[in-house]
Amino acid sequence: MGKISKEEVRHIAKLAEIEFSEDEIEKFTIQLGRILEHVAKISEVDTKNIPPTSHIIEIKNVFRDDIVKKSLSKEEALANAPEVMNGGFKVPKID
Amino acid sequence: MDNSEVFFYSAHKINNMLKRREISCVEIVKSILDRIEKVEGKINAYITVEKESMVREAREVDEYISKGGKIEDFTGIPVAIKDNICTKGILTTCASKILKNYVPVYDATVVRKLKEQRYILVGKANMDEFAMGSSNENSCFGPVKNPWDLTRVPGGSSGGPAACVASGEAICALGSDTGGSIRQPAALCGIVGFKPTYGRVSRYGLVAFASSLDQIGPLTRDVEDCAALLNVICGYDESDSTSIPAEVPDFKSFLKEGISSMRVGVPKELMVSGIDAEVREEVEKAILSLEELGAYVEEVSLPHLEYALDVYYIIAPSEASSNLSRFDGVRYGYRNKDAKTLREMYRKTRSEGFGDEVKRRIMLGTYSLSAGYYDAYYEKAQRVRTLIINDFRNAFEKYDVLVSPTSPTPAFRIGEKIDDPLTMYLSDICTIPVNLAGLPAISIPIGLSRKGLPIGFQIIGDILREDNVLRVAYSLEKAISFNKKPDLGFLEVL
Repeated sequence: MGKISKEEVRHIAKLAEIEFSEDEIEKFTIQLGRILEHVAKISEVDTKNIPPTSHIIEIKNVFRDDIVKKSLSKEEALANAPEVMNGGFKVPKID
Repeated sequence: MDNSEVFFYSAHKINNMLKRREISCVEIVKSILDRIEKVEGKINAYITVEKESMVREAREVDEYISKGGKIEDFTGIPVAIKDNICTKGILTTCASKILKNYVPVYDATVVRKLKEQRYILVGKANMDEFAMGSSNENSCFGPVKNPWDLTRVPGGSSGGPAACVASGEAICALGSDTGGSIRQPAALCGIVGFKPTYGRVSRYGLVAFASSLDQIGPLTRDVEDCAALLNVICGYDESDSTSIPAEVPDFKSFLKEGISSMRVGVPKELMVSGIDAEVREEVEKAILSLEELGAYVEEVSLPHLEYALDVYYIIAPSEASSNLSRFDGVRYGYRNKDAKTLREMYRKTRSEGFGDEVKRRIMLGTYSLSAGYYDAYYEKAQRVRTLIINDFRNAFEKYDVLVSPTSPTPAFRIGEKIDDPLTMYLSDICTIPVNLAGLPAISIPIGLSRKGLPIGFQIIGDILREDNVLRVAYSLEKAISFNKKPDLGFLEVL
């Protein structure tokens, strides 16, 4: 734990859908490496038989009655869209 | 009566004046607007100021009052709202280029509740982009300056809300706190900041950063205003599936109960070695005051707090990387217009739209959640988090509240830590454990450093025990009577 290579940073950037210049890759490799080195300290904690936290208080599935209520209109839902066509979100060609 | 400094009054003082007809809402709003005119150029606390609607709404409130309308705690009170809380029809940017043009079509639940009291929205306060930061330097609208020293940071990520209240540009404010983002800026700006129990306040309409840690809360001039604002914003909301269906007491009713025979624990892990000597001195004085007020004080150990920062910097970025995947240029916000294909559009939009700190956290989170690393990072962190929660649970069997410094240092200089993320992250070392365990905690000002910078004191309560936190905070506030205000005229000369 705690080390990260430039190759890994490029791979993670791809997963995160973010592009970086070579300089940025260089900078992020150093910064992320230092942060990961620091957080790697948790590996020394004995967590055998300790369950991971899923919620800070006991919570059960939250249900509500299935009642039809007013929701956003189509115009409202599209109000912030960069591009709209025929009442839908318009995007560039899917590759 | 001389009302030339209304902008520095507490909400409860203004409320009393409104009830006695000693002031009109238009006068209150004019006082705030004049103040903004004078100091905002130096502080940059706001992204949007609702100048016109403020005056119009103030007239409406005056008319409502003249017709015998009920004056509630926040009727006619000018409030700033952090720019990651949705306001219908009003720009909500999260201080990010990617949301620079986003106008919500609905109000956050907390905003709706304030509207029901006929509050006055002053504007949307500046912040670190997507609430990621401890200095408010990560805003695409420029950094916020600390009203006590314009060369220093106000803290973050709610730097704008804290600076508004400290400088008299709003009477109080709402912020959000994921790892200390209300308490740390409140401490650095010499005001009161409260993070309620996770689930106490609806997150509906709060732009998500780390959903298991985020909580909305008040930034105010004093503890009484804080309790009053909690009364408004707390409560179950079916629009937030993590909202707690617990009864909301009248938080103001606990303030004057005193703290005689209350049990106070001082976690030695929060009196960390990096704490500035003056901060330590003031905190120790505050602890002595608690003893003088009749509390029983003792040092306590919560051994796993040592790992809280590391756990946080795995969990918060992981949740952020998932939450921020929604910003893809399709449904709202910025879009790169030159991209020829969908994936290219995603990549270019996100690369151009997000700032460095946000990218850093998305990368960290994506890494922690990626195949091969999930068990060692994310899941391991959630297990250590359980141990931290257990430490707190054990401590609260013995103590009513735990106390510590809020921030290890007073406000640092702008630019001092921005190139060193790890050092920046350390400024939240005392506040982060509280979010991991979902607890309520307050920061109140307890003094000034020799350089004239505010120092904050943190009081932590058990789950849903905001009452204990407020009792201790109110008693200590009265005992210390910190009532200093930044002298912005003087600072101009420096």
